[in-house]
Amino acid sequence: MLNVGKIEEGIVLDHIEAGKAMLIYHYLHLDREDYQVAIIKNARSNDMGRKDILKVECNPDSLNLDAVAFVDPGVTVNVIKGGEIVEKKKIAMAREIRGVLKCHNPRCISSIEQGLVHIFYLADAKNGIYRCRYCEEKHSYGERAKLFL
Amino acid sequence: MRHCLTPLDFSIEELDALFDLAADIEKDPSKYAHACDGKKIATLFYEPSTRTRLSFEAAMMNLGGKALGFAGADQSSAAKGESVADTIRVVSCFADIAAIRHNKEGAAYVASQFSGIPVINAGDGGHEHPTQTLLDMMTIRQLKGRLDHFTIGICGDLKFGRTVHSLVKTMARYEGIHFVFISPPELKVPDYIIELLNEKGYTYEECIKLEDVITKLDLLYMTRVQRERFFNEEDYVRLKDFYVLTEKLLRRAKEDMYVLHPLPRVNEISVEVDKDPRAAYFKQVQYGVYVRMALILTLLDIHVD
Repeated sequence: MLNVGKIEEGIVLDHIEAGKAMLIYHYLHLDREDYQVAIIKNARSNDMGRKDILKVECNPDSLNLDAVAFVDPGVTVNVIKGGEIVEKKKIAMAREIRGVLKCHNPRCISSIEQGLVHIFYLADAKNGIYRCRYCEEKHSYGERAKLFL
Repeated sequence: MRHCLTPLDFSIEELDALFDLAADIEKDPSKYAHACDGKKIATLFYEPSTRTRLSFEAAMMNLGGKALGFAGADQSSAAKGESVADTIRVVSCFADIAAIRHNKEGAAYVASQFSGIPVINAGDGGHEHPTQTLLDMMTIRQLKGRLDHFTIGICGDLKFGRTVHSLVKTMARYEGIHFVFISPPELKVPDYIIELLNEKGYTYEECIKLEDVITKLDLLYMTRVQRERFFNEEDYVRLKDFYVLTEKLLRRAKEDMYVLHPLPRVNEISVEVDKDPRAAYFKQVQYGVYVRMALILTLLDIHVD
């Protein structure tokens, strides 16, 4: 049994589908921050069999969680303050995701324009499809995951 | 401030008003000859163009205004690495309205986000070409007297043909429109257009051979297979002459089936078709000037009594 200590202040992402923790880590840009992060993969779960968990010690408001539901709409977000869970919530798919996903269409203006924020809008909530605000190229979780991995 | 990035920026009622204005300009151009005295249009063409750039400049001059700009990325600061955002900020100090053409999709949208003047999308890569759509629709309206209840055949490069994407999205809003998409499998209409048609319940069919469907069409929109959109020359060579509309083939079409084309035409319409009264592609060019005049007046909020 693996034991990871409690965090005082931050975010715990629970019920991540096993294997998706690193994708979420990537989309939250945690590789660019110096937060303490625990990535727990394949934890035993009564409901899910196996699940991933991400614990991030940080100001809970500092993380842009818009892309979490794009990767896995089943994730539970626990907001931790003073070592206690103060809020537990599911995240709806964001209507717009800014500065997280990257458009991979080589014909898109975002491929050359300096300093341009990559923006995606939710085109089809049922199928989790986002489109680039600039070129309308489709981005769904499956396609992006293939590229990322 | 209002921009024209896609024809969907305008409601059907606004489009009607725009076409009414264009028709009035056609009827009495002298009435509008000084409507834009002292105004300037900047034509920012990062990609080569003859018709569209000259049409915008002619439109502004017909209204009494002047035109400035560049015709190629190598003639602009883009060659030095300047962004679209910076270019439009600078140009906003020189002109009252801008028309931008760029080979990258979404360039006009970026320009509109940083601009101090109205921006017209004059073509952004394979994405949209709204003023072409406006002139296509104006041509249909003038020749057919209406914009609804047609079977419209669209033939050629439906994947990269930006004029096609804009036209389908806009015409689909009118009642009784049925699209027949005619293309080789490699150049099929993009999935986002198909999704949009499915979502709204519009009817369409896809096929490969023009001769199989030409008899049922009310309008035929031919497009060129565009060399500049291919990363691979071999694919272009294989597909470039996939469709050729000949006099013989046109004989099978309805007596009033007008043929439209955004031009430039290469081999996809034989020159012998030009003399057929159903060949409407050169009329489109003339209507293009009137529509662009109407658009400039609308975006600058100038009214002529």
